[in-house]
Amino acid sequence: MTDTLNAKNHSIEKYLRQDRMPHIWCSGCGIGPAVSCFLRAIDRAEIDPNKIALVSGIGCTGRVAGYVKLDSFHTTHGRAIPFATGLKLAKPELKAVVFSGDGDLVAIGGNHLIHAARRNIDMTVICVNNFNYGMTGGQVGPTSPLEARTTTTPYGNFEPPFNLPYLASASGASYVARWTVLHLRELERAITEAMIKPGFSFIDVIAPCPPIYGRMNKMPLPMDSMHYYQEKTIIRHGADPKEADITLNGPILAGTFVDIERPTFQDQLNHISSKVNAQV
Amino acid sequence: MNGDSACAEGAISAGCRFFAGYPITPASELAERMSERLPQVGGVCIQMEDELASMAAVLGASWAGLKAMTATSGPGFSLMMENLGLGVMLETPCVLVNIQRAGPSTGLPTMTGQGDMMQARWGSHGSYEIIALAPISPQDIFDLTILAFNLSEKYRVPVLIMADEVVGHMSEKVTMPTIAAKDLVERRRPKVKPGKYLPYKPDADLVPPMAVAGEGYHFHVTGLTHDERGYPVMTVEAHDRLVRRLVDKIRLNRHDIIKYKEFQVEDADIIVCAYGISVRIAQLAVRMAREEGIRAGLLQLITIWPFAEQRIRELSLQAKAFVVPEINYGQIVLEVERCAGDRARAILVPHMGGSVHSPQTILEAIREATQ
Repeated sequence: MTDTLNAKNHSIEKYLRQDRMPHIWCSGCGIGPAVSCFLRAIDRAEIDPNKIALVSGIGCTGRVAGYVKLDSFHTTHGRAIPFATGLKLAKPELKAVVFSGDGDLVAIGGNHLIHAARRNIDMTVICVNNFNYGMTGGQVGPTSPLEARTTTTPYGNFEPPFNLPYLASASGASYVARWTVLHLRELERAITEAMIKPGFSFIDVIAPCPPIYGRMNKMPLPMDSMHYYQEKTIIRHGADPKEADITLNGPILAGTFVDIERPTFQDQLNHISSKVNAQV
Repeated sequence: MNGDSACAEGAISAGCRFFAGYPITPASELAERMSERLPQVGGVCIQMEDELASMAAVLGASWAGLKAMTATSGPGFSLMMENLGLGVMLETPCVLVNIQRAGPSTGLPTMTGQGDMMQARWGSHGSYEIIALAPISPQDIFDLTILAFNLSEKYRVPVLIMADEVVGHMSEKVTMPTIAAKDLVERRRPKVKPGKYLPYKPDADLVPPMAVAGEGYHFHVTGLTHDERGYPVMTVEAHDRLVRRLVDKIRLNRHDIIKYKEFQVEDADIIVCAYGISVRIAQLAVRMAREEGIRAGLLQLITIWPFAEQRIRELSLQAKAFVVPEINYGQIVLEVERCAGDRARAILVPHMGGSVHSPQTILEAIREATQ
């Protein structure tokens, strides 16, 4: 066990709704580890938990909101980001965190993702990317690699997937990172950095879905994905996110790709408001 | 001042401090006014990427404690139905303004219509009740916008302002009194400490007190069927309990919510039942009918939903017929017909949209109704 997992005051139980356990996630699911990293990052980033507003959309990862003992919102499919935008702009002292899946954030919610990044809204988006729609039974998603088998691509996927770090970066995000759920310490650190970072931060969390996507793509056991992540992850901080494409069973580029300073939406809003109030 | 601007001013007077919208004719002037005014009063105005996002942002802002509003028209109204349903389910106070244009689809974007009246009632999926108000002038939309915020805060439900292009774009004198704090309703906040708070445990009026984000309550809300803790419960019983309460908190309080005005109905045996801009045409038609010796009167529906069932039933005992002018091919007339039963006829005076009725058209229907 690592020092991080044993560290003092890093107990995550206080942030979990124990009265809602057991959770609905399958064994070997990657969402749990991502949630653990997030909950540890709250203390590590020294954020007041009373000021966190956690917003989820719909899907397996959409259920995160229901298990955390924070002000938490389980909203509509794809709309977690604009809901969080309203929360954050109405009460700037809040720390807005969006926790959702690849289908929710990038397919049905794709428009909101790119515009929140463009505006540099001060929020952290944690995207659990398991390459398929798990909750509805394993259909093809916006990140499914070419040739992947899903229930709606029985002959193999022929749609090119989104490269999420590249998409977030090109849209204007201030902080973009990718880790797999094997890289718990790195992921925890990335979420910490993202939550401290002013502006729009995005973390692509590569996660297994053993009983559904994994079963259809020759990785049916939880350990299959872990071995894959161990063997095929290439860590390169500062890498051009353009190179972060993911192919079926191919290499996974991980690291912090973007960490830049850019005025946030709130900065600009404050600037305009002070100008207006000077005139009035 | 035009109706769109009067609506924006009414919202600010009501304490609205957040607006999220997307440009659409004929509601754009409302967003423009808000973008100018909100920064002056310490509020936030944001133009979102679409109407789905606008409605979602309004809900988020309300949960952060601000009074929040959006405004749109036909196609945008359709897009807002998704998160309107979430607003109903989470019991989120907010106001949605629809400056109606003529549909279906893109229809007549710059010209008037009243074709979204049933969509206002049933547009989002599932069983629910909602509040909708219909203004007839710029002054009226100013006043009704304040009422809309008050009702939404009181009953924790999205309130719809179902205006139309003519009301939105016409310019008339608007008196904007300073609204005293005692005339503004604020949502009930929890009286218990965090840890004891049950987000969906209702008070006697079936409305639960509402915590907002960032105050340590650590509440969870979900669009899933939920119990008093706000936790998802996937059972028939929990769904029955929740949906009944969401509906009943409006139905059982309908006497407080429903408003209408009457003109010369005391002795009327023909009653024109109108709403929105059509009220003003109907007033002319009723006057003309009276000059002809027809005992005509006018019932102006201010609250469209919940529907003024009881009043229509009562009037159906004295009236021979209701004449219902609508800028659509028959929507509210169905409700009038249902409530009037076989006691009085309900006669639709349809107008497909793009302009208002001529008073003569309504007058002719009144004459026919006497036969």
